[in-house]
Amino acid sequence: MAIDTQVGEELKRKMTCIVCPTGCQLEVQRDGDGKLSITGFQCRRGEAYAENEILNPRRVLTTTVKIRNASLPLLPVRTTEAIPKELLAEAMQVLAQVEVTAPVKTGDVILANILDTGIDVIASRDMKRVEGVA
Amino acid sequence: MLNTHYTDVAIIGGGPAGLAAALAARRAGAEHVTVLERNHELGGILQQCIHNGFGLHRFKEELTGPEYAYRFIPQVEADPKIHVYLNTMVLSLSPEKEMTAVHPVHGLINLKAKSVILAMGCRERTRGALSIPGTRPAGVYTAGTAQRFVNMDGFMPGKRVVILGSGDIGLIMARRFTMEGAKVEAVVEIMPYPAGLARNIAQCLEDFDIPLYLNSTVTKIHGKDRVEGVTISQVDDNWCPIPGTERYIPCDTLLLSVGLIPENELSQEAEVPLDPRTGGPIVDESRETLVSGIFACGNVLHVHDLVDYVSEEAEIAGEAAARYALKQTADGVVNGKNGMGGQFTIKPGDGIRYVLPQRVTQGAEVDLYMRVTQPMDAITLSLSGVTLARKRQVRPSEMLKIKLKAQHWDSLLEDGKAQGRELCLAAEPRL
Repeated sequence: MAIDTQVGEELKRKMTCIVCPTGCQLEVQRDGDGKLSITGFQCRRGEAYAENEILNPRRVLTTTVKIRNASLPLLPVRTTEAIPKELLAEAMQVLAQVEVTAPVKTGDVILANILDTGIDVIASRDMKRVEGVA
Repeated sequence: MLNTHYTDVAIIGGGPAGLAAALAARRAGAEHVTVLERNHELGGILQQCIHNGFGLHRFKEELTGPEYAYRFIPQVEADPKIHVYLNTMVLSLSPEKEMTAVHPVHGLINLKAKSVILAMGCRERTRGALSIPGTRPAGVYTAGTAQRFVNMDGFMPGKRVVILGSGDIGLIMARRFTMEGAKVEAVVEIMPYPAGLARNIAQCLEDFDIPLYLNSTVTKIHGKDRVEGVTISQVDDNWCPIPGTERYIPCDTLLLSVGLIPENELSQEAEVPLDPRTGGPIVDESRETLVSGIFACGNVLHVHDLVDYVSEEAEIAGEAAARYALKQTADGVVNGKNGMGGQFTIKPGDGIRYVLPQRVTQGAEVDLYMRVTQPMDAITLSLSGVTLARKRQVRPSEMLKIKLKAQHWDSLLEDGKAQGRELCLAAEPRL
């Protein structure tokens, strides 16, 4: 689904807005001057989403990292904001190397500034320390 | 003889419904609330739903499942009048609101409550319910089981995956497996449209170029000890496989995301009548079942697509259950249905799969929740001929919420449309 964002090329693309569960069907058109016209949204967030999706698509990454001394071997984490979509796979590789030790609190920074995005990866739940668990 | 413990409001299940119900019951004045949870922690299914997208309606932000749960868990734990029993399985429930439960330290517990809230959630439909021909190898999982393995236990069930059913959990797992390095070969859906939310088709399948085959199903599972592949076929309008359309897809794992079933074994034991359309109890607007003092909320009542609506529903049930318990303290015995007057029945008509609550009190201004039978571009929703609302782009996967207002009741009663105390909710397509 690679889109050439070069100005001077016309473009017409349909997409589903992912901002909320309503899932508006959006249509983006770019004329020869690079001007975008967006239709189909029911709120302003949808309009902004469509624009970003053409110019700089981003996603929040949610995954897990290893945790020691907890009741479970994995801690769920997420990026505090959406990161560029093309960095998702690399971010997964980076987080596969991360290991933390309980206790952890929701919101604790697990990895700061992932891939120089300026965006942190934080814990999305509490994890108590359990003695006798590796 | 077992010792019997007493409580005002007993809540069976400590997931999103049970948590919100417990807090609401306390706010409404219940002095002793007991939550019985079979897992080792509170939060229910939210703890394994590590993706974001929860809470947009309620908290105006996009939370992960565990984060949504943590908006409730600390408050529940901090309240000395909410008694949480973890690792506790309720074994029986009577219409008189007596429960037997088993606890790892206290052993068998007898609990008698003034009111009970059913919040047991739902279960996944399994291969047994589908009768897929073929062998019975390892590697066939329900999507939620795989989700727990990958997100909480640290096991990858396979490397090459086919997903049958396009429910939200299956779509979320398609993305999750891909991110964890597996190859998701296809998502196969028997219906002509996807079962999950449109946003999940976009962000879980389209983002990763995972093909979605509509009007198709798995017609054979191959492999002796481990899944080696599946045959998929297109189906006709009667869901019958069309000969000649078979296609073999090599894979080591088949995930099933083919629907959820409310878990009502205890409800049935307590003689709570169920609605065959929802698979959950028949309730009125306070979420009281037809058994006096037993309430229900969350996925045990009907399967939700958004947890925000579960919390909302659980608060209604929690508040009503507290009121019921308090009234019992003052009056001794509560007679009949929580002091309710005329009960109207709401039945689903054309275009409506189900509507909830199924019973409403005359004149009550309540939110009606419903699902349509098929995707439609534009509809008018009407109750026995009285127009309630218009909606665009409706699908069965997205629950609709409509307010039944005083003015609607006026029309229903004045015109004599509500005769026989049975109302009919219909969705008519419009141009």
